[in-house]
Amino acid sequence: MTTRRRRAIAVRAGLAAALTALAACDGPQSVLSPAGDDASQLTTLFWVMLVGAVVLWTAMNGFFFWITRIRTGEMSRKWAEALIIGGGILFPVVVLTALLSYGLTIMPDQRAPGDGLRVRITGEQWWWRVEYWSEGADAPVVSANELRLPAGLRSDIELTAARVIHSFWVPALGGKMDMFPGRVTETSLAPHTPGTYRGQCAEFCGLSHALMAFRAVVLPEDEFDAWLAREAEDSAAPPGPGRDVFMAEGCGACHTVRGTEAAGQVGPDLTHVGSRQSLAAGILPMTSDALVDWIADPEAFKPGVEMPGYDHLPQEDMMALARWLEGLK
Amino acid sequence: MTDHILPGSRRPGVEETPFEAEAHGPEGIYPPTEEMLREPVDPDVAKAQEARLRKAWKTPTGWRYWSAVNNSEVGVWYSMTAFVFMLLAGILALAVRVQLAVPDNDFLSADRFNQFFTMHGSAMMFLFAVPMFEAISILILPAFLGARDMPFPRLSAYGYWCFLIGGVFVMGSILFGVAPDAGWFMYPPLATQHSGMGSDIWLLGLSFIEVASIAAAVELIVGVLKCRPPGMRVNIMPLYAWYVLVVGGMILFAFPPLIAGDFLFELERSFDWPFFDPTRGGDPMLWQHLFWIFGHPEVYIIFLPSIAIAAMVVPTAAQRPIVGYSWIVLSAVGTGFLSFGLWVHHMFTTGLPTISLGFFSAASEAVVIPTGVQLFAFAATLMVGKVRMSLPMLWISGALAIFVAGGLTGVMVAIAPFDWQVHDTYFIVAHLHYTLFGGMVFPVIGGVYYFYPFIRKKKLSDRMGRWAFWLIFAGFNLTFLPMHLTGLKGMPRRVFTYPGDIGWDWLNLVSSVGAFVIAAGFAIFAWDLVRPKGRQADPARNPWGAGTLEWSHEIPEEFWGVRSIPHITSRYPLWDQPDLVARMDAGRFYLPDAEEGRRETMITSVIDATPMQVLRVTGPAWVTIWAAIFTGGAFIFPTFHWYPPAIICGGLAIACVIYWLWTSTAEIPEKEKKDAGLGLKLPIYVSGPKAAGWWGVWITMLGDSTAFASLVFGVFFYWTARPDFPPEGTDHAAWALSLLALALLVGSWAATFGARYLNGRSHWRTVMTSLVAAPLLAAAGCAALIFAVRVPDLQPTTHVYPAVLWALTIWTVVHVGAGIIMQLYCLAALLAGKITPRHDAPLWNITLYWHFICLTVIVTVAVTAGLPRLL
Repeated sequence: MTTRRRRAIAVRAGLAAALTALAACDGPQSVLSPAGDDASQLTTLFWVMLVGAVVLWTAMNGFFFWITRIRTGEMSRKWAEALIIGGGILFPVVVLTALLSYGLTIMPDQRAPGDGLRVRITGEQWWWRVEYWSEGADAPVVSANELRLPAGLRSDIELTAARVIHSFWVPALGGKMDMFPGRVTETSLAPHTPGTYRGQCAEFCGLSHALMAFRAVVLPEDEFDAWLAREAEDSAAPPGPGRDVFMAEGCGACHTVRGTEAAGQVGPDLTHVGSRQSLAAGILPMTSDALVDWIADPEAFKPGVEMPGYDHLPQEDMMALARWLEGLK
Repeated sequence: MTDHILPGSRRPGVEETPFEAEAHGPEGIYPPTEEMLREPVDPDVAKAQEARLRKAWKTPTGWRYWSAVNNSEVGVWYSMTAFVFMLLAGILALAVRVQLAVPDNDFLSADRFNQFFTMHGSAMMFLFAVPMFEAISILILPAFLGARDMPFPRLSAYGYWCFLIGGVFVMGSILFGVAPDAGWFMYPPLATQHSGMGSDIWLLGLSFIEVASIAAAVELIVGVLKCRPPGMRVNIMPLYAWYVLVVGGMILFAFPPLIAGDFLFELERSFDWPFFDPTRGGDPMLWQHLFWIFGHPEVYIIFLPSIAIAAMVVPTAAQRPIVGYSWIVLSAVGTGFLSFGLWVHHMFTTGLPTISLGFFSAASEAVVIPTGVQLFAFAATLMVGKVRMSLPMLWISGALAIFVAGGLTGVMVAIAPFDWQVHDTYFIVAHLHYTLFGGMVFPVIGGVYYFYPFIRKKKLSDRMGRWAFWLIFAGFNLTFLPMHLTGLKGMPRRVFTYPGDIGWDWLNLVSSVGAFVIAAGFAIFAWDLVRPKGRQADPARNPWGAGTLEWSHEIPEEFWGVRSIPHITSRYPLWDQPDLVARMDAGRFYLPDAEEGRRETMITSVIDATPMQVLRVTGPAWVTIWAAIFTGGAFIFPTFHWYPPAIICGGLAIACVIYWLWTSTAEIPEKEKKDAGLGLKLPIYVSGPKAAGWWGVWITMLGDSTAFASLVFGVFFYWTARPDFPPEGTDHAAWALSLLALALLVGSWAATFGARYLNGRSHWRTVMTSLVAAPLLAAAGCAALIFAVRVPDLQPTTHVYPAVLWALTIWTVVHVGAGIIMQLYCLAALLAGKITPRHDAPLWNITLYWHFICLTVIVTVAVTAGLPRLL
């Protein structure tokens, strides 16, 4: 293991610890600590089914134990035949009808239309392109690798993918939906509790599938509106050595920083990268140290990543670049 | 019981034409009377018979041992090979568990991890679960049926060698670091875009094995339908045979959609035909549909045979006939049918309309009913009996505990909205391992303990069996019970690493420890299986006191299987038919002798099992191994894009198969009928629907047509799912050429059919003229079919529409090509005197094949040239 990777792991652990504090004790990515209407409904469904399953498992195996170990003698054939019909047909018909009527009728709620905001997310290998379309807007606010949503409102989520299939999933907010190249799938989410949650790609998408995560930040409605307004603005992108390195190294060929001439579309939009809570699709903290490590050797953190390494940069250029990026708020 | 005399003896072909099989039908008394059965056999005669039988069924020794084709040898090789592949796939799982034991681990690189989990799943499914069912069935089915062998022994041997070669090739790729790494489901575009050869190894290597699996399924189905002992009507055959029939049928309809998918997939990988590429009109969803139309029945293909083992063990443990036999049969058939209507529950998160999700949720839940009926029928049997808890029953109880848990989580994930949360998480990993361990691994190991005294004529150790059970049972729950929670805490499947401190670390550590406990249990089981047992005392002949025929086999082992083929009147003949085993041993029943030194078994009718034929089955041969090697070459060379050697191998494989058919099938016997014992004379040569070979062709073609139907499904899928299919202003297949092809190929079919019909009714020159015209018409038809898509210059790489036209054309042309070889084979047989007016089995079989080809051609022309113009 390289020292860089060790260090990255250490900082990653620190980041995770911070996240844990933010979410419930179950972890930031848990189905069992829901923070949205959809997830809450599904968690209730789960507990109901779990209780039923435990009761049935105990009954079935208890009965089997009884007839094979305790009352091993002959029993009435009439009862035995009644068991096949009663246990095999009548009982499951009743229970399953009840379960299906309960379970399937919550589907329309889960896919209800939103209250105005549309977020279009594109799965890339291995990061997320995020575009916010406010009601009536004719151009999106472009961001990446972090999803922010207003609490108390239902937002539409429009999903697609660039090259391969991915799946969008924030367990604390709701169920997952696959993302296909050449096709748009739709879902919606209605978070109710502000906080930071973790989402992750759930469909195997190649070498670094495990390293395709993101933060989902739920804000009270007014804070969200204020944030989105800030996000829509160009970056301050102060001139200085960091900006010079960025431009000289050709970073703008792949990345956009609105307010500068960097307008690449290949990699994530970096206009407000410093304001995000994580780096490299949810795998590193947003610190200048992590930025230095990542830019020097992305492959060490994310096997197969398209971004080349810049470990040939002198230390001071690298630090300037990292500090400049961190300052893009 | 009243005697009745078979029709053949009373009216020797009076109303029929002289060459209808009736005249050559069975003759004599059937069923046998009690007096006939009571009559003792002269011991000297019996001794001489035994000597002849032993000589005919002798397994070759020395290096020639590997040319054996007998089911008792092939079955053992097959099951041990599948077991070794299971152990290897298990080792991959251990490596995966080591990597995931702690967060941020680097025991395996991302690349290696992806290869390992892909190969773990693929090998467990394709190299263990399905082959293991076929292996065990080949090994024990003939004994259940009192038959001497499977109907086509060389086909089983060929299937085994294909499996071995394909399995070693696919598994071996892991040693070179080029194994498939896109998951066992191989979703495009990830798998189609993948640059290495892993995807090709998966597609071609496993297609090769699937072909072998289908071959084995055909053989097993024919075995159940035609090789039962006289009197064993379908409603008294052992439940295991019913399950073989259902599962064989499922393989026949489930594997072909995957083969069709593989065909399209490989065309995309090798020649850039864009079936799954959305930028050129393709659609990755088509693969998901085809894969899961295969993939879901696959789960029941794995599960039902294990239930079948339980259905044999449970009545023995209860010492009572099974309760609810008909309920179980109905449920098994019902599960088979339902399993084809559930595939979408693997696609609940793909954004399909809510109405489809609701339908497939309900259909998925409906499987609970037949499954429940089967489990409760076992419980009912145990209730009415006096239960003797033996080691096999312990494994069955463990299976029940695990399987019921897996079934209940299955009920949960079948509810679509709940699946949106847990799909592709460790909750599913837990669920599927609960169903597979409970529904396959535990019953199979229970079955091994139960059947081992039959297979190897020694008992396995009771003490080691209990150790293995408790280690595997405890280890299993330690590994997989926590995984439910890991999944609910959000851990997705197929991740090579995860961060610490989001609540997954200790759960993963527990699972990893558990995996090694399972491994320890398997190590004990494996040792018990292979340890030398030479000094151990022989077990009793029927050690568990079972009621079914397999326990009539002699100890020490005789390779003839049964000394004579009994007349059966009960579901549990060993319990209900007094003196049965003694009379079998004495050679009182059918086929007690091998006068001509040939291997013979009995063919009976499909429903009532009345005797129909003495089938001479084939003996040891090397040609099966050569055929498998060349078939392997034809599949394996294309993974390296070496097409010339692949084509040469394909040609040699065909040559081997022709040699094998020519030298050992449809032989003209030295006499018309043969004394089968108990006053019954049976024909040796039959043809058409009376012959096992005809049934083999019929069943194979059902599977083949399913693959073709899957391609046609693909066309209609694009039509409904893609607005640009067919693209605006595109060319279609040339209609005049298409119609010409249709006319020529239907003509070829008519000529083939005519040859069969006229054979014996007309001069042989007429028959020969027909058989000369047939391949010429077919060849011209193929050319016309190709030019129909060639002339309008349809470029298959530009869009999925021309690609689909080409794919259908290639499929049809290849099938017609095989049909031409068959026509030429019959022509040669006619000239060589292998086909005579009386002996026409090959003609019947190829005509049947051509019926299917005729249908394929009509559909192909309709879809390529007709429909696009009409719609």
